[in-house]
Amino acid sequence: MDATLYLIAVILVMAGATLLTRALPFLLFARGAKHPTLLYLGRVLPPAVMTLLLLYCLKDVSLAAAPHGLPEALALAAVVGLHLWRRNALLSIGAGTGLYMFLVQNGVFG
Amino acid sequence: MSHSSPAAAALRASLPVLFGYVPLGIAFGLLFDGLGHPWYFATLMGLLVFAGAAQFLAVGLLAAHAGLLEVAVTTFLLNSRHLFFGLSLLTRFRVGGWRKFYLVFGLTDETYSLLTGTRPPEGVPQVSYDLWVTGLNQLWWVSGCTLGALLGRAVAFDTAGLEFTLTALFAVLVLEQYRATRALLPFLVALGSGFLALVLFRQEHMLLLSIALSTAILVAHGKTRQWTPRST
Repeated sequence: MDATLYLIAVILVMAGATLLTRALPFLLFARGAKHPTLLYLGRVLPPAVMTLLLLYCLKDVSLAAAPHGLPEALALAAVVGLHLWRRNALLSIGAGTGLYMFLVQNGVFG
Repeated sequence: MSHSSPAAAALRASLPVLFGYVPLGIAFGLLFDGLGHPWYFATLMGLLVFAGAAQFLAVGLLAAHAGLLEVAVTTFLLNSRHLFFGLSLLTRFRVGGWRKFYLVFGLTDETYSLLTGTRPPEGVPQVSYDLWVTGLNQLWWVSGCTLGALLGRAVAFDTAGLEFTLTALFAVLVLEQYRATRALLPFLVALGSGFLALVLFRQEHMLLLSIALSTAILVAHGKTRQWTPRST
């Protein structure tokens, strides 16, 4: 197959497969959307998913090897502390990320 | 910044995603550039696929000349965590036509997080807000993909640590989710499932398996007990 044609085919197949994962629940459960279990899931799944995405972001942090997760711990503490204090998402995220970049770029914890 | 327009409110909510998606998109664009295809195919991929992990995977699959069936199956499995996102949004997208199609199409991890974790200010219609958030997130992603592929090695600035933006975003949204639900159970179930999946499975499967496990536990719990968290 021609290289460009192959590339276009891969992009289209990938787009279709990704769309399918996002659309399938809406196609399958359109009639049962008011089912109590699904309504319940609509409330409790977002907090669970958010917790797991946070955990997933931190999965490569090694506590055994230097810097022992200290930059992540410190930056996360800053994010949480600032957010509990000011409840300004941009401030919490911006300051926490700035602190993290400073810590890793300057090798503060080795 | 005005809080009354859907665009301004969505821009404010999606700024952290800008700082997360642009460097990530550039990283993808740089990898894609190494394949030797014209830059605009990276743009096309960001427009049509709009999935971070899958696009990184695509670089490997393209380099290995993987078969189309393999591409389809691998992409579906990699993104199957999105199946659970839709399950919890069935009653949310109360529109039809292209609007609903686009909201479903654009349901990335970060879009899902913003749509469930933030709310539009008073007077801003939910659907316009949702559409703007999804559209802006995709704009950041497509811009990153394009920049990386277009500029290639010319964009070598020190962004080490910038990826923490998304970690911080999820941390803030966890706090906001707790404020809205005031229920500890979903967080505890997620932590338990997450650590179990990390210990038992390879890291790349951790997210899908822990989301599936959490969903199963929460569904079982919801069936045995008519328990409803206070939602604001």
